[in-house]
Amino acid sequence: MIHTCWERWRQGHRTISYPEGPMPELPARFRGRPVIERGDPDEAGGPGPEVCPTGAIEIGRDACAIDLGRCLFCGACETTKGPWRIRFTNDPRLAGRRRGDLRAEPGLEARLAEELDARWKRLFGRSLKLRQVSAGGCNACEADANVLTTIGWDLGRFGIQFVASPRHADGLFITGPVTENMRLALRKAWEAVPAPKIVIASGACAISGGPYAGHPETHDGCGRFVPVDLYLPGCPPHPLTVLDGLLRLLGRLEGRDPNPG
Amino acid sequence: MSAMSAGPGLPVRNARAFALKDVPRMNLAAFRDWLLTSCADGGRIAAWFVPQGKAGGEMFAALAMDEEALIEVAAAPAVDAFDAITPECPQAQAFEREIWEQRGLEPRGHPWRKPLRFPPSVPGRQAPEVGRGEFYRVEGEEVHEVAVGPIHAGVIEPGHFRFQCHGEEVLHLEISLGYQHRGAERALNVLPAGSARWMAIAETLAGDTSVGHATAACQVLEALAGREAPARAMAIRGIALELERLANHVGDLGALAGDVGYLPTASFCGRLRGDVLNLSAEICGSRFGRALVRPGGTAFDLDEKLCAALLARLGPIERDLAGAVAMLWSSPSVMARFEGAGELSRETCERLGLVGPVARACGVRRDVRHDFPSGIFRFGHIPISTWESGDVFARAYVRALEIERSFAFVRKQLEALPDGRARRVLPPLAAGMGAVSLVEGWRGEICHVGFTGETGELLAYKVVDPSFHNWFGLATALRGQAISDFPLCNKSFNLSYCGHDL
Ligand code: SF4
Repeated sequence: MIHTCWERWRQGHRTISYPEGPMPELPARFRGRPVIERGDPDEAGGPGPEVCPTGAIEIGRDACAIDLGRCLFCGACETTKGPWRIRFTNDPRLAGRRRGDLRAEPGLEARLAEELDARWKRLFGRSLKLRQVSAGGCNACEADANVLTTIGWDLGRFGIQFVASPRHADGLFITGPVTENMRLALRKAWEAVPAPKIVIASGACAISGGPYAGHPETHDGCGRFVPVDLYLPGCPPHPLTVLDGLLRLLGRLEGRDPNPG
Repeated sequence: MSAMSAGPGLPVRNARAFALKDVPRMNLAAFRDWLLTSCADGGRIAAWFVPQGKAGGEMFAALAMDEEALIEVAAAPAVDAFDAITPECPQAQAFEREIWEQRGLEPRGHPWRKPLRFPPSVPGRQAPEVGRGEFYRVEGEEVHEVAVGPIHAGVIEPGHFRFQCHGEEVLHLEISLGYQHRGAERALNVLPAGSARWMAIAETLAGDTSVGHATAACQVLEALAGREAPARAMAIRGIALELERLANHVGDLGALAGDVGYLPTASFCGRLRGDVLNLSAEICGSRFGRALVRPGGTAFDLDEKLCAALLARLGPIERDLAGAVAMLWSSPSVMARFEGAGELSRETCERLGLVGPVARACGVRRDVRHDFPSGIFRFGHIPISTWESGDVFARAYVRALEIERSFAFVRKQLEALPDGRARRVLPPLAAGMGAVSLVEGWRGEICHVGFTGETGELLAYKVVDPSFHNWFGLATALRGQAISDFPLCNKSFNLSYCGHDL
């Protein structure tokens, strides 16, 4: 017992202060929101679309864009040569409310997730219970969602919680490309959540099928089965991407972190 | 089929190519005899499969003889039906079910011939619906059945569990999986080997084991191409692999503490796991080691400054962790729950062919890093950590020992990284070759097998995740246990659903 108390005292308080304090510093090599700038249209040596595992990037002489809903943030398209300069910043804010907002293009301002409308915000703004459903997730999205419940992040302080029963939930937090073998279970879980309910698609697989897009065993993400209210890009999304997205959705970042968009 | 020859298989080395034409083609009786005799003599089935596509006329097996540090391979004709070896050699059970499910070969006399993954129906083949079918049942007035899943209570992957209980006591547990089946292995067979998409799938076979699976995959390609990764890349892969082990073992110890309601260790480990993941992110930008291991080496290098920064961060993590873990062993309430729960005997472990910390917790000395070292593990040795009691305590304690040894290994590598480049261009794959690649992932032996065809194209690819061996071990460990101990026992195995379902 004494040992326990000593250790508790020694290890101290470790919850991040964000969003009251600054955003925790991310590793230099962390790849968040990409920035695309014009290079030299006639210069050779830049990457072609074949470097991309998921066909997320369109890149040619005259146009370049990245679909953040498909991007695995592998960095293979990063370049300082060719018609475009592509660089991954370490800005983890990537969440969007509409599928079409998940896009990086030269000169395009990021359209980050807006908060829920007033009625929904009144319902969920101070308390949001989520049932997580893994539908073919590889356990990385699941693991980094779980991280938010550890003391380092303490998601509970925002009134957000993962719950066991969909009947106790306000919405689903879906990971994975939706395997055919989970289709029915996902539908049942969705139906069991009392309305009004929200759906969060976490990770490239849930948004677009990720590397499993086009497989007959999967369904290219959850969008064709449930209406998605929040998309969290990444493979997996960094816990900060998830936290930022959730707080934006609930209007909890107001005034603290002006939407750069 | 070439001339039938009885006798032992072809001895091969981990992550070294062999000519497919040198693989002994046995007749069915000789093949069966080879499997049974080798397994009775301490051998283990690392892979046994009928390749997809053009190579599908034969079945192929790789046996691992841990004590002799020997891998043997052999082939036999893929006939419509063969006599199952499972009744005599239970470790074959999942392999024979897989061969039946994937390729339609009937293992005659298999006592448990049920679907493993329920691949969805395709035109011309009506498959059973996932989770449906006969479950093993215990009859009796006071016997009741508990069905759990596919969706479980926590933030966790899906699977279906059926318990046959008498009161609190579990008489039998049947585990039915397949919900995570994404066609991953199938895709590795058809996509261009080593392409961006191919690697993305290899890294997400089991997403908490990205480095382990990506290393196994790259070792296959490098063997088939006849060019090893440079020493520096091997060391970086080794560091990343051990960081992956550390993060997961730390997370598991925390989760085990949480399951018995011991919150201090649960809280500390939850945070410390994150600290280790962040070290991986310093190396390659991804907390899960994604985009690091690539054919021919690693996509990221470490300079002196980064090595020093990583070393400086290891110390405090190690110290806090030692404190958090020591509390477990000195808490009687924790030990009372850990000791004697979910016991597996050494004999059962060997008969089921279990791998990884689960096997080592039964006193079995089995660790790819020691028995079949590849890459950096040929030069930097890690002692095998074992414990004898086979219970939840042993599985926790072995993890704690491995944590200490992984820290020491990572430190040593960071202090003296080999010079040179971290990546070389991989030449095209040689024609008509095969390679078996074993890596000790944090859950145990990962096995990838690749064959090339006449033009050096990838002809066949096979993945065996450690969980493929170990799920049956969990079911067995539950017999005679209180059902209320299931979450704890399950955590002590912490198996992969998607790694099994592929
Ligand atoms: S970083 Fe994204 S867009 Fe670029 S190659 Fe990787 S997956 Fe494709």
